[in-house]
Amino acid sequence: MKKRFKLHNLDCANCAAKMEAAIQKLDGVNAASVSFLTQRLTLDADDARFEEILRQAAAICKKVEPDCTVVL
Amino acid sequence: MSLKQKRMLTRLLAAALLFLSALSLPLTGWARLAAFLLPYAAAGWDVLWRAARNIAHGQVFDENFLMALATVGALAIGEYPEAVFVMVFYQVGELFQHYAVDQSRRSIAALMDIRPDWANVEDSGQLRQVDPEEVAVGDTIVIKPGERIPLDGVVLEGSSSLDTAALTGESLPRQVWPGKDVISGCVNLSGLLKVRVTRPFETSTVSRILELVENSSSKKARAEHFITRFARVYTPIVVLAAAALALLPPLLTPMAWVDSIQRALNFLVVSCPCALVISVPLSFFGGIGGASRDGILVKGGNYLEVLARAEIVVFDKTGTLTQGVFHVTAVHPEGCSEEELLELAALAESWSDHPISRSLKEAWGGVLDAARVSGAEELSGRGIRAAVDGRTLCAGNGRLMEEMGVSWHPCHCAGTTVHVAADGVYLGHIVISDLVKPDARQAVAALRSCGVRKCVLLTGDAQAAGEAVARELGMDQVWTQLLPAHKVERVEALLEECSPRGALVFVGDGINDAPVLSRADVGIAMGGLGSDAAIEAADIVLMDDRPSKIAHAITIARHTLTIVRQNIVFALGIKLMVLVLSALGYASMWAAVFADVGVSVLAILNAMRCLRRPKRL
Repeated sequence: MKKRFKLHNLDCANCAAKMEAAIQKLDGVNAASVSFLTQRLTLDADDARFEEILRQAAAICKKVEPDCTVVL
Repeated sequence: MSLKQKRMLTRLLAAALLFLSALSLPLTGWARLAAFLLPYAAAGWDVLWRAARNIAHGQVFDENFLMALATVGALAIGEYPEAVFVMVFYQVGELFQHYAVDQSRRSIAALMDIRPDWANVEDSGQLRQVDPEEVAVGDTIVIKPGERIPLDGVVLEGSSSLDTAALTGESLPRQVWPGKDVISGCVNLSGLLKVRVTRPFETSTVSRILELVENSSSKKARAEHFITRFARVYTPIVVLAAAALALLPPLLTPMAWVDSIQRALNFLVVSCPCALVISVPLSFFGGIGGASRDGILVKGGNYLEVLARAEIVVFDKTGTLTQGVFHVTAVHPEGCSEEELLELAALAESWSDHPISRSLKEAWGGVLDAARVSGAEELSGRGIRAAVDGRTLCAGNGRLMEEMGVSWHPCHCAGTTVHVAADGVYLGHIVISDLVKPDARQAVAALRSCGVRKCVLLTGDAQAAGEAVARELGMDQVWTQLLPAHKVERVEALLEECSPRGALVFVGDGINDAPVLSRADVGIAMGGLGSDAAIEAADIVLMDDRPSKIAHAITIARHTLTIVRQNIVFALGIKLMVLVLSALGYASMWAAVFADVGVSVLAILNAMRCLRRPKRL
């Protein structure tokens, strides 16, 4: 399943790159991209565990940039 | 400017005032430190706070940390004014950088602002304004003058002219009347239109285009990947180098600790790779945005990168260089009447939607009795075989006749010849000609002047027709009578001919070119308006069917890449220079801050030039 989410308060381009790299390494993620310009997270992950993976991805975003939230 | 940014601006102004008064007061010792700590805190408390919080999260080498370290270090060695100034300047730069990115994001978004806000659905004589997503296929919608067409459909009542500029970049309005298809995203200019919806919102043109453009930033160019990888190794290396710079000279040479630490701090300030990390994707984004304004949809930065290296351009003929509108220009029956020949050909092709079939049906003009035809089979690249009135009818090119063992002869007329045979007996042929697009010649000339080495024409058409077009347009090579599979082979052979730095571009109308479109380095499809196949298979879609847009797309690609390269060289160059100077002790912290924030801002401003139209060739 592939879904796109809006990111709030994503303020730094380097952080976006860091988030992307970390999310791609998550187990069950087929592809992920974090676009600083469109402020979007595109997540392509296993259907069965999508919710869980999304939660992990949101946690990563928080960790890299504490102000940043994924709009669900 | 957002509220957050306005608040920041006020804070910075306050910090600047406090800083100036601290400078003018004749204080010494602790009082002096306190006087400078006030503006320092006003400008940078959030940087310190974020640095601390991020370290707690395990994110060590980020900008906040570097700035905090550098300024606290400067305070520690008694460089109070420097510390405050660096913090203020850094924050000003950050503010400006955010503002510039916001602005460019907004101006790019404005270019793509084709999403309709509502649809007027006609419901038992009443108009209801609803969200376009709620409209079902088959509903009737009303579009008033000045409104955007919300969903694809066909006109039931009314005639008007449509502004398609947002989709195609074409300024000439398009006329529509009952029976014509309209696509979402166009603006109704003059009359009231009643339209029957033929596609739900999710698959309407407007949604597909938005989806495509929004996705384009996830297909990254090589330059972008390079920058991300670079950033990952760059910051740790600089921090280690700074540590070495702070520790080694005082241990090995008589240099004072204060000096070496100051140099190391400068080093740290320069070390943020932000200028690159922002400006390179922004340039590609701007290039893609600018291209979409001209009706050129690019599916990713990577394709701009390849397109800029275009060396061989391969064209499909029908629908790409020619209008794809065929007209029967001659009917040469043998052993039957002209009408009979036309009718049989039209019947055989009655199931097909190929442009040739349509022109045959149009020339026949009468109503076709579909019950007379059975088992119609399209033989790709050759023609059609069908059973008509119990006879096996073949309509197609000379090769089909050979395969069927029919004795046939070519025609002296230029154009596409459809030979017709029934039960193995030759009945004659019909000549159909296609008109070359008005800008096709100019398109080939423009490609040549922007450095394309070779233009090749590939067509499934007869030799005479293909060669006539190739001559007229000034092509270097032409291959005719190709089946789709042969087109792939030809393109593969041409790919071998490409120099290692060059790229092969294939331009087709996307109908049966999908394999070739994906085999080429870059596939460009014509006729994005309405054709799903084209949008799916191609890397770049030309919204209006004009081949002259190819050269324009190449110009945009080169323009974008020039700016990307400028930014990489400029940002790395300045940073490297300041790094060396600060290692040697020649650069002040002011220069270091410029190399960080100043360079970012300049690179962003430069990236914004990608949005501007490069001069047309």
